Amino acid sequence: MTEGRDWIERSGARAKGRRPAFFDEPAVDRLYSLTLALASELSATRERLDTVERLLEAGGSLRREDVEAYAPDRATGHERGEATRAYIARIMRGFQQEVEAMEHPDPPIMDVVEALTRP
Amino acid sequence: MTSDLPPAYTALMRHPMMPRTSHDEAARFNFLTHFNRYVSGTLGRGNQLAYDARVLPAFRAEHGRDPQHRDEIREGMNRDPFHRTWSALKRNSMEMRQMNGRQAVLRQLDALDAQARQYNEHSGQLELDSGIVQPEYQTCVDIHCQPGGYHGEERPGDVTVGANYDVGLFATTGGALGALNDGGGQAVVAWAKANRPGWSPGRILDIGCTIGHNAVPIAQGYPDAEVTAIDTAAPSLRYGAARAAGLGVRNIRFVQANGEDLSRFADDHFDWVQTTMFLHELSAASLPRILREAYRVLKPGGLMLHVEQPQYGPDMPLFEQFMRDWDAFNNNEPFWSAMHGVNMEQAMEEAGFDQAEQFSVGVRAVVDPSIFPPSPDGASEDYGRAAIWNAYGAWKPARAQEMAA
Repeated sequence: MTEGRDWIERSGARAKGRRPAFFDEPAVDRLYSLTLALASELSATRERLDTVERLLEAGGSLRREDVEAYAPDRATGHERGEATRAYIARIMRGFQQEVEAMEHPDPPIMDVVEALTRP
Repeated sequence: MTSDLPPAYTALMRHPMMPRTSHDEAARFNFLTHFNRYVSGTLGRGNQLAYDARVLPAFRAEHGRDPQHRDEIREGMNRDPFHRTWSALKRNSMEMRQMNGRQAVLRQLDALDAQARQYNEHSGQLELDSGIVQPEYQTCVDIHCQPGGYHGEERPGDVTVGANYDVGLFATTGGALGALNDGGGQAVVAWAKANRPGWSPGRILDIGCTIGHNAVPIAQGYPDAEVTAIDTAAPSLRYGAARAAGLGVRNIRFVQANGEDLSRFADDHFDWVQTTMFLHELSAASLPRILREAYRVLKPGGLMLHVEQPQYGPDMPLFEQFMRDWDAFNNNEPFWSAMHGVNMEQAMEEAGFDQAEQFSVGVRAVVDPSIFPPSPDGASEDYGRAAIWNAYGAWKPARAQEMAA
């Protein structure tokens, strides 16, 4: 753990430098960010499911009713809550960083490219 | 098993400073590794198709001629729906790589910072200088879209950016740099050993070392050499020095210094001056200064080698120049385009190396083929991040009296 810092909030920090707009409608850019992050999360979930299946196949057992009845204890509940918050921060990154960009706008990247090109 | 599939993220070597990843953090990197390869390979060729089918005919219809500069192609392609989509996928993949890496690093930052401090206090392999000012080319934008660039701190004395760079490089490169992300440095060593067998450099300088993933393999390849790895960014150096110590590599020191001013080193001090994928992160003003300083501190008979993407010469098709330029405008590498338009032969000549002393060579990343698949090359090259690089080199001529001796 990292004491005294909101690591989830900081993990979504925006890189300095104006982000290119790839589409005429900004919402399309945001939808790409959201959809790709969801795709990544589903991929990770599938991988996790595969892990569970392999572990079970290798020597364990798992009752469906135990899964249905499972209630996390306080510590586990906290861990899961934090995981959920981190998950939301990941998939909402595009929107969150757009707000940051409105708060602290950068000059167009072309200005920087040209400035650094001059000897 | 298909040989060209990238290995699982868990195949990376868990050196002591490497941030620990949970099951799902590793799974996210696995997704991005495959996704990056898909975007550069399977989807990447769609750019040429879109250009041939739509963008070039439209340009000809409008202007009555072919494009004469890569910028004209870029203007057309940036209006093309496929290239827009492809660019959005590629940019988002980089942003996700940064966020996933930062989540892994920041949640365990206390442990990483403590471990780095412990290694660095005991090893004596880190020398920071708070008087070093970050050059503008490092601060004007965050390179590679990494929040904080190489130099930013989440809190004083931390290693966030270094650890994040290391933990996610695998996903960015599609696993093409091997278990320690050090295939680039290993390539340089393999090239040097093949081209100067028996050479035993005493002092080696690596400029712009970041976390030392290219300098450490050089130190390992030449264990009798003293390697000095410099960078302006303290957070990267803190992580890099601790990483090297954790790997048990002792003949390397990480020093905070700016390659534009190497006055702390005497003339003729080093047998070898190296940069690896560094020149494109500079500026037009700093590049010649660094080359001049590199020449000055290099011993007669010594080697200067710069691993860097090839130049945009007249032999390179304009469309390829445009594709290679993508990172300049979409991945926060603002000098990328200008650097690859620089005449490196002339720049190195102005730094002191006659063109007759110069050479250019291809170096291929060395990775363990039993774990990692062959590096992508040829048509499937990911222009910004391929594991086969061009290198600009020169042997500084020995002085006449030394040659006679």
